[in-house]
Amino acid sequence: MAFEGLTERLQNAMTKLRRKGKVSEADVREMMREVRLALLEADVNFKVVKEFVNKVSERAIGTEVLDSLSPGQQIIKIVNDELTELMGGETATINYSVKPPTVVMMVGLQGAGKTTTAGKIANYVRKNDNKRPLLVAADIYRPAAIQQLQTIGNQLDMPVFTLGDQVSPVEIAQKGIEEAVRTGRDLVLIDTAGRLHVDENLMTELSDIKKIAEPSEIFLVVDAMTGQDAVNVAKSFNEQLDVTGVVLTKLDGDTRGGAALSIRSVTGKPIKFVGQGEKLDALEPFHPDRMANRILGMGDMLTLIEKAQQDIDEKKAEEMAEKLRDNSFDFNDFIDQMDQVSNMGPLEDIIKMIPGMNNMPGLDQLQIDPKDTARMKAIVLSMTPKERENPDIISQSRRKRIAKGSGRPLVEVNRLIKQFNESKKMMNKMSNGNFQGMDNLFGNGVKGKLGKLAMNQMARKNKKKKKKNVRKKKK
Amino acid sequence: MGLFDRIKQAFTGEKKETPVEQTETTEKYEKGLEKTRKTFSSRMNELFANFRTVDEDFFEDLEEVLIESDVGFEVTMEITEALRQEVKLKNAKNKNDVQQVIIEKMVDIYEESESGDRSIQLNKDGLTIILFVGVNGVGKTTTIAKMAHQYIDEGKKVVLAAGDTFRAGAIEQLEVWGERVGATVVSGKAGGDPASVVFDAVKRAKDENADILIVDTAGRLQNKVNLMKELEKMKRIISREVPDGPHEVLLVLDATTGQNAMIQARQFKETTDVTGIVLTKLDGTAKGGIVLAIRKELGIPVKYVGLGENMDDLEEFNPNEFVFGLFSELIKDTL
Repeated sequence: MAFEGLTERLQNAMTKLRRKGKVSEADVREMMREVRLALLEADVNFKVVKEFVNKVSERAIGTEVLDSLSPGQQIIKIVNDELTELMGGETATINYSVKPPTVVMMVGLQGAGKTTTAGKIANYVRKNDNKRPLLVAADIYRPAAIQQLQTIGNQLDMPVFTLGDQVSPVEIAQKGIEEAVRTGRDLVLIDTAGRLHVDENLMTELSDIKKIAEPSEIFLVVDAMTGQDAVNVAKSFNEQLDVTGVVLTKLDGDTRGGAALSIRSVTGKPIKFVGQGEKLDALEPFHPDRMANRILGMGDMLTLIEKAQQDIDEKKAEEMAEKLRDNSFDFNDFIDQMDQVSNMGPLEDIIKMIPGMNNMPGLDQLQIDPKDTARMKAIVLSMTPKERENPDIISQSRRKRIAKGSGRPLVEVNRLIKQFNESKKMMNKMSNGNFQGMDNLFGNGVKGKLGKLAMNQMARKNKKKKKKNVRKKKK
Repeated sequence: MGLFDRIKQAFTGEKKETPVEQTETTEKYEKGLEKTRKTFSSRMNELFANFRTVDEDFFEDLEEVLIESDVGFEVTMEITEALRQEVKLKNAKNKNDVQQVIIEKMVDIYEESESGDRSIQLNKDGLTIILFVGVNGVGKTTTIAKMAHQYIDEGKKVVLAAGDTFRAGAIEQLEVWGERVGATVVSGKAGGDPASVVFDAVKRAKDENADILIVDTAGRLQNKVNLMKELEKMKRIISREVPDGPHEVLLVLDATTGQNAMIQARQFKETTDVTGIVLTKLDGTAKGGIVLAIRKELGIPVKYVGLGENMDDLEEFNPNEFVFGLFSELIKDTL
């Protein structure tokens, strides 16, 4: 997950502050120096850093904060607020044209991920907004760029418009839109060639396409790993094309993601989507507030819940809860559950959305091989139906057989069975409302408190929601 | 003439005329690095123009200039730390003294990490295998084409292995390039096991008595365990088929990448024992300071740089030219 290193450094900066009973101006300044370095180290543009640090210092040094009972927490809240603001405040969505087709242009440097992102956006709008997109291949320069888009179109079962690589991109764009009108497609995604922002000819070509296509959206695709130069790139693309939004790609890497923090503040254009993987459904809308929470290690329960709602069958989940209560959870359910969770994406990302989990020692080292789940599944599938329903009968000789059947070593089989029994015990306790010991999950010190803070925030939000619902019902 | 000498000369003003051996490459570098240099030295100049005294504010500004050039956090800290010491020791207070200390320190860092042979290790009596690795979108395939073009120009027989079976259109991309430069391309099915493509390619290269086999791989983020394991497997296959292969493992890095480039280099080194770096898109970036950081912290030499979009725009990396290019204007200005 991106931002990890940034999270750690920011938290360290705040830990120091936390230790003090009373916070002085000098302490704040000391902390802000650390924050500044942390941001710079994460490739956040230095001008943006300066501004950010000034803003936070100004707010933090006011007497109201310093004399309050919990200055440390107040300051963390200020940092959180300003981070959210820095990344754009509100979540932005796609602007659809009133008169279809809506035209969307993808622009950016070479290798930023324009073509893949075009596919992802097409997939996203079809799934979420019931659009019928047409992909237009206007990259005539890079060898096989057209084939790449065609392959993506095939995978998504979506039409791709191309005129080969001998026709000018401007003409391709124009004909592509005409084609969309003729075939009743209501969204046109134009994939353009990657280009350097300093390349005048190619930039003029983009302006020409823009003139003809009159796009409602021009998405600048930016690699989240870009260094200090991200700002220059974004600036010149914006100056020449007046882009309408930014898509950050490769955020599933371990980049500290400074680009995300700088671009919005320099161009004033919102980040609309983030790409988090190589599969065509790995695209998510960008939520500044949630991202700020994640950066500060406060987790992101909202996204987690939304993901769960989207990918997990509610009825099944209820059945599962029922089973947990009367302790009849068996290996069949285990597989079921594993399948559902793996639908939600890589496990390490999911774990890190839970408040406080970011700070578990050693978690940054956690790297889960997606094949591990497949292996576990193989082990379970090598059990007889009887064994799966009643795990207690699995004797030593049965274990040996299972190991052979699944092609995994015996230790792995033993470990899986042990894990299964333990999680069963724990889940049983939890479903009976016994949360004892959960507090310690977050650890002690400031990190633990950050986790709790986030947890409590969540609880409060939920309560408010419930109240609102009740009120609505009364009306 | 060494870099040190040149800088020293520039400082002392002993010999002001430009060195005679300015070749075509130097010009290319100068042009390619125009942006890098401009930003770096103009920022430095700005910094010194506002220079009053050496205080915390000055150090903070200096840190910013260095970090903004993607020099890297650690290296930046080291330079400013050293400067703090020097300033105390030498009592350097005026502008020129301070400036000199900074440049000296940067050259020091660069010289001290001078490491390894920068030429490509060729297998004299048979097939040379070069494996390309890197994250997504850094320009692996394009670099391979450029390199193949160079070797073919030298009269060598080149085979390309389309080991990127994952990304849509990647195989076709390499095939088009192969056709253009005149290299045999061995490819498998899209979505197939890349290791099997590698196996086929090694066999084919041996059968055809090729001089060089270049293996393309799919871009992968360095934190994806399974993909890194796949890379390990490909390397293993090569070593099994050709005992001392691969002769080179080249990590392709995008020069616009920030500090993450360090992590990439570290991770790829761990899994595939990277022997050299190709720095691409250097013509587009205003930075490139990351070169300094990578040399310093990992000791992997940069072997090639990509300076443009044409087939000939791949140059052997010449660190002297690079660092001198970075400083040249600054040094001229101090005279």
